[in-house]
Amino acid sequence: MAELQLREALRRAMTEEMRRDENVFLMGEEVAQYDGAYKVSQGMLKEFGEKRIVDTPIAENGFAGIGIGAAMTGLRPIVEIMTWNFALVAYDQIINNAAKIFQMTAGGYRVPIVFRGPNGAAENLGSQHSQALESIFAHFPGLKVVSTSDPADAYGLLKSAIRDDDPVVFMEAELTYGHRGEVPDEEFLIPLGLADVKRPGTDVTLVSWNKQVFNCLLAAEVLQKDHGISARVLDLRTIRPLDEATLFRCAAETHRVVVVQEGFPFAGVGAEVSARIQEACFDALDAPVLRVTNRDINQPYATNLEKLVVPSVAAVVQAARAVVNR
Amino acid sequence: MADGAGAPLELDPEGRPEDLEQIPITREELTAWYRQMSLIRRFEELAAKAYTQRKILGFCHLYIGQEAVAVGAMAALRDSDVVVAAYREHGHAIAKGVSPRAAMAELFGKAPGVTKGVGGSMHMGSAEHNFFGGFGIVGGHVPLAAGAAFAARYREEDQVSLCFLGDGAAQQGAVFEALALSQLWKLPAVYIVENNYYAMGTSLDRASFLHDMSRRGDGVGMRRWQLGGFDVVEVYRNVRRAVEHARSGAGPVIIEAVTYRYRGHSMSDPAKYRKKGELESFKTMDALKCAAERLVAEHGVAQKELDTIKSEIEDEAQDAYAFAEQAEDPDPAALYDYTYATQRGT
Repeated sequence: MAELQLREALRRAMTEEMRRDENVFLMGEEVAQYDGAYKVSQGMLKEFGEKRIVDTPIAENGFAGIGIGAAMTGLRPIVEIMTWNFALVAYDQIINNAAKIFQMTAGGYRVPIVFRGPNGAAENLGSQHSQALESIFAHFPGLKVVSTSDPADAYGLLKSAIRDDDPVVFMEAELTYGHRGEVPDEEFLIPLGLADVKRPGTDVTLVSWNKQVFNCLLAAEVLQKDHGISARVLDLRTIRPLDEATLFRCAAETHRVVVVQEGFPFAGVGAEVSARIQEACFDALDAPVLRVTNRDINQPYATNLEKLVVPSVAAVVQAARAVVNR
Repeated sequence: MADGAGAPLELDPEGRPEDLEQIPITREELTAWYRQMSLIRRFEELAAKAYTQRKILGFCHLYIGQEAVAVGAMAALRDSDVVVAAYREHGHAIAKGVSPRAAMAELFGKAPGVTKGVGGSMHMGSAEHNFFGGFGIVGGHVPLAAGAAFAARYREEDQVSLCFLGDGAAQQGAVFEALALSQLWKLPAVYIVENNYYAMGTSLDRASFLHDMSRRGDGVGMRRWQLGGFDVVEVYRNVRRAVEHARSGAGPVIIEAVTYRYRGHSMSDPAKYRKKGELESFKTMDALKCAAERLVAEHGVAQKELDTIKSEIEDEAQDAYAFAEQAEDPDPAALYDYTYATQRGT
C-alpha cells in the first residue's frame, strides 16, 4: 500500500491506462513539456512521447472538439482542462457535441472521452478562477460527472472514466492535489455512479463530494466531540449518474440530511440532491434537508472576504445542529 | 458580395492548382454525378412538398442549387474518409452513401430513418458511412473534422476528413481554432466553405470584411483557394487536388466554393432579402443544366439517355417518399436507448 498524493494517483491511473490501451492519449495546455500546470502529468511525456502526450495552444473550444472528433473514430482522449473555469469557452463542444452525439446518431457514434481538471476555489484567485461547476455539466443527459476527493477514489474512478464509452467530466481540486492517501498497490477500478460512506454515523448524513468531503469529516469530528452528534459523511463521488439508492438509504437511516457543496446555491447540485431526497424520503425525514453552499455571490480576492464566501467547517456544524436540533 | 450576386462569377485564381484541366473525367463518372445531383434535387423537392403538408416538421434546410458541391467533393473521397457537414446536409448524407429511403424516413421522423427518428433533418450522422452528421450549432462541427484527421494521423492511416461549412460558419470562433490547430499539426483535413451568399438572411458583405472565406486560411498559414461551385467537374477537380494535398501529409487545405441556394434559409424563409432577378440569374449556371450540357457536348450523350436518368431518379425519389410515408413511427420503448452507451436511461 503506497501513500500517494492526489496528483500522483491521477497520474498512475492515466499511465496504467495508456500502457494498457494505445488508443488512450492525453491532450491539453502544458501537459507535456511543462509537465502539467499542476504536475499531474509529470514525467508522462518522457514515457509516452509527444504523439500521446500532446501540448495544445490556448484554444479549449478547438481542442475539446478535436478530442470529441478523435473519440468518434475510436480513440480514447483524456483532455486536460487547466481549470474547469476555462471549459466555459469549450462548453458548446462538451454540451452540444460530446453529450449529444451518441443520441443524435441513434447510437451510431460513441464518444469515449474524459475531460479532466481542477474545479472549485483555490485561494485568492478571484472571480473567474474560483468556480465550482458540477451543476452546469450534470444538468445534461449524455454526460457523466465525477467530482472526486481522496487519492484512492480518484485513481479508481479515473480508470473507470477512461474505459467508459460515454463522455465523462472529471473534476479534481487545486488545493488537494498534494493531499496524501493510501492507494492499494494492486490495480483496482471504482465503478462510476457509486457513492461511498467516508464516516459512519447515525444522527445526520452530511452529503458532499470533492474537497468539501474533508470539511464534512472535520465537522463530523466537532459534532461528535462538542455536541454528541453522530454524523455520517457520504461522498457522492459521481454526481451523474447519482447513486440514489445509497443516498436514500442514508436519508432513511439517519432521518436528517445536510448537503454540503462548493458553488452557488441557485440550481446547484445541492438543490437537486435535496429535492430528490424530499420527493423520495419525505416520510423518513425528521427535518427539512438543509444546504451549505457558497454564498450567492461571485468570489472576491481578499482572504477575509473569500473565507466568508466558501463553506466552512463551522457552517457545516451549524447546519447539522439545526437539523438535529441540538 | 450580394451586389455581385447574379453576375458571372469572378473568382480569384490565386493559389488554385494549375493542372486541374488535366484531370480526366469519364463519361461514366459524369453520368453518375449527374444522376446523383438530380436525385438529391428531386428528393428535396419532394421533401419540400411533404413539409408544406406537415408530414415533415421542425426546421428543414434545403440544399437545392448547391448539389454540385457535395457531389463533386464527395467523388474525390474514399469510402473510409470521414465527412462532417452542418444542418443543410440531406445532400451530403446521400452523396456519402446514405440511402434516400433512410434519409426521407428520417425527415418524416420514422423508425427506419438514418438516425431512427431521433436526429431529424439536421442530424443525419451515419457511422456506417463515415458520415459524422448533421450538426446544428453553426461552426461547432468544424473541430470534429480536425479531430477525425488527428485520429487518422495518430493511427498512421491515410484517411482524410472533409468538412463542409457555410459562409455563416466562417464567422465563428470555433472555426478559427479548428483551422489553427489543423495547420499547426498538419492534419489531413480539407475544409470546404460553401459560400451561398447568405447566412440565413444576412449577406456575406454585411457579415465579413473579406468576401472570400478561403482567406480564413491566410491567418493560420493554410493552403487556400477559391473555386466555382456550380460545375460538378470543376468541384471534383479542385477537391481532388485538395484531398491529395491533405492525404500526402502536406497539411490541411481550405477552399471556398461559390454557390447559391435557390430556396430560403429554411422552409419558413420566403427569402425576401434577394435582389430582383438574382435567383433567375444564378439559375443560368444551374448545376444539373451544366452537367447535362457537358454530357451532351463532351461525351456524346443523347437527350434520350438523360431523359431515362430523369425517369429513373423520379422513381427512386418517389420510392423514398412512399417508403417514408408508410414506415412505422419510432418505438416509444426505445426513448431512453441512446442517451448513454453504457447504461439505459439517466
